[in-house]
Amino acid sequence: MLAEILNLRKLIVPIVVLGLAVIFGLNLLDWNLNKSFFNDMLRVDNFSVAFGGLAIFATLLVLIMSGDYYQKEQGYISDFTAILIFILVGGLMMLSFANLTMLFLGVETLSIALYIMAGSRRFDIRSNEAGFKYFLMGSFASAFLLFGMALIFGTSGSFNIYAIAEYTANAQGNISPLFYTGMVLVIFAMLFKVSAAPFHFWAPDVYEGAPALITAYMSTLVKVVGFAALYKLLTVVFFYTSVKTGLILNIVAIATLLVGNLMALAQDNFKRLLAYSGISHAGYLMLLMMASQEQPTGALLFYGLGYVLSTLAAFAVAIPVFEAAGSEKIDAFNGLGKKQPLLAASLSMAMLGLAGIPPFVGFLGKYYIFTESLHAGFFYTTLIAIISSIIGVYYYFKVIVAMYGKPGNDQKVTFSFTYALVLALTLALSLYLGIRPGAILNIF
Amino acid sequence: MSELVNTSTPQNWYLLLSTLLFSIGVMGVLIRRNAIIILMCIELMLNSVNLLLVSFSAYAGNTDGQVFVFFIMVVAAAEVAVGLALLVSIYRNLGSTDIDVLSKLKG
Repeated sequence: MLAEILNLRKLIVPIVVLGLAVIFGLNLLDWNLNKSFFNDMLRVDNFSVAFGGLAIFATLLVLIMSGDYYQKEQGYISDFTAILIFILVGGLMMLSFANLTMLFLGVETLSIALYIMAGSRRFDIRSNEAGFKYFLMGSFASAFLLFGMALIFGTSGSFNIYAIAEYTANAQGNISPLFYTGMVLVIFAMLFKVSAAPFHFWAPDVYEGAPALITAYMSTLVKVVGFAALYKLLTVVFFYTSVKTGLILNIVAIATLLVGNLMALAQDNFKRLLAYSGISHAGYLMLLMMASQEQPTGALLFYGLGYVLSTLAAFAVAIPVFEAAGSEKIDAFNGLGKKQPLLAASLSMAMLGLAGIPPFVGFLGKYYIFTESLHAGFFYTTLIAIISSIIGVYYYFKVIVAMYGKPGNDQKVTFSFTYALVLALTLALSLYLGIRPGAILNIF
Repeated sequence: MSELVNTSTPQNWYLLLSTLLFSIGVMGVLIRRNAIIILMCIELMLNSVNLLLVSFSAYAGNTDGQVFVFFIMVVAAAEVAVGLALLVSIYRNLGSTDIDVLSKLKG
């Protein structure tokens, strides 16, 4: 904002990128710190440092691309960076909360900033509609989150997550039914935020209507942070009581897998396709939520990172292609394989990564998830997950077939340096982790 | 703390009242088609939570819940500000506040 007054708009993005890179480093220095801040409101531990690092990394990549994305609308860039940082702050609060107040404030900081972002194309009715739909559904879900928190407070007498866990441990077998109602409401609200079926219906509309860069950010950071927060709820707050939600989580996981993969088959809009692909990935992550008693934190981080890398790589290719073609359909990729083979090859790699084909990170991520959930004894759900991941390969290949198999026009896609930088970084990391997963997987 | 409330009223009544208000809000969001009314229903849901928190807090003699209510009020105000701004831009583009006009995104 200050830079806008001083007419230094060109400097905003580099300065913020630099600042975020420093914060990324400082965050990693907190490894093994395990300390509470602000009167036990936030707690920094290895979990929050690892997922916080992932969140900051994703923000960094999106911010690097934003300079070129907002080239034509320079006036928006300062607002965009400011709101992006708000979302990141909300996400970090959701990762390091030690008090339900902080979880609520984090969710709301993240969501309110996202409503603005989704509706940020003021004169585009599709963007308006996406923003307003997201706002209505989001605040509806927040109300359920609050009602659940109020019931938990009423029965356990505290908002502190460790005090609540202690209450459930001491009162085994003698917990008020109101506590369980509250727990289920809170879990439902979080499932809504990560777009698991049957709470997924907002995701395709919002992802399609929002500007492409915001969609990239929403589908990566928000989903990973939402799952991390849900995982923290299940493993810390509800550790002694989450057994009772096993059946609910199981049904949600199966429904999410089936809805995500089957609905994606019929899509011809690329952003909508990625929205349904995001729902199906939420289904795989639900398997880890079911197995949360086994504490598979490493697998969650590994899969989250793999998903973020592949999705951001896909958007780094797709955004310039959309701009050149003036359309967001899968047809926009027609003939890309002939005119710009390098770009087409990169997008193919991203798609293979999302589909979970070796040697990319997506394959090992799925492999560890299936191992964990078989280990926890969910045989049939894992079987459904494996079948639906085979279905998934079909619609990811639809994009690859469009690039190599169908004739297109000769219009060249201008591919600027920043997109290339993000693409190279994400694909290199995706390949590296696909071959040597130990660096992330065994971090905890 | 507890002398502030008339403890001859059982706490369950507050629980019932706020659940009832919350359900009215939920039904309103699901049934009504006018965006402004939906916004008001969401406010009703949030305020029923406020009532519940205050009553729990008063009966337990614990002020945490009352502090939480302030957080909810602040967040609700911020949320409505964003929601109304989005609604204004929809009204400018489409000339209606009926949510059935929002049907451009489908499939």
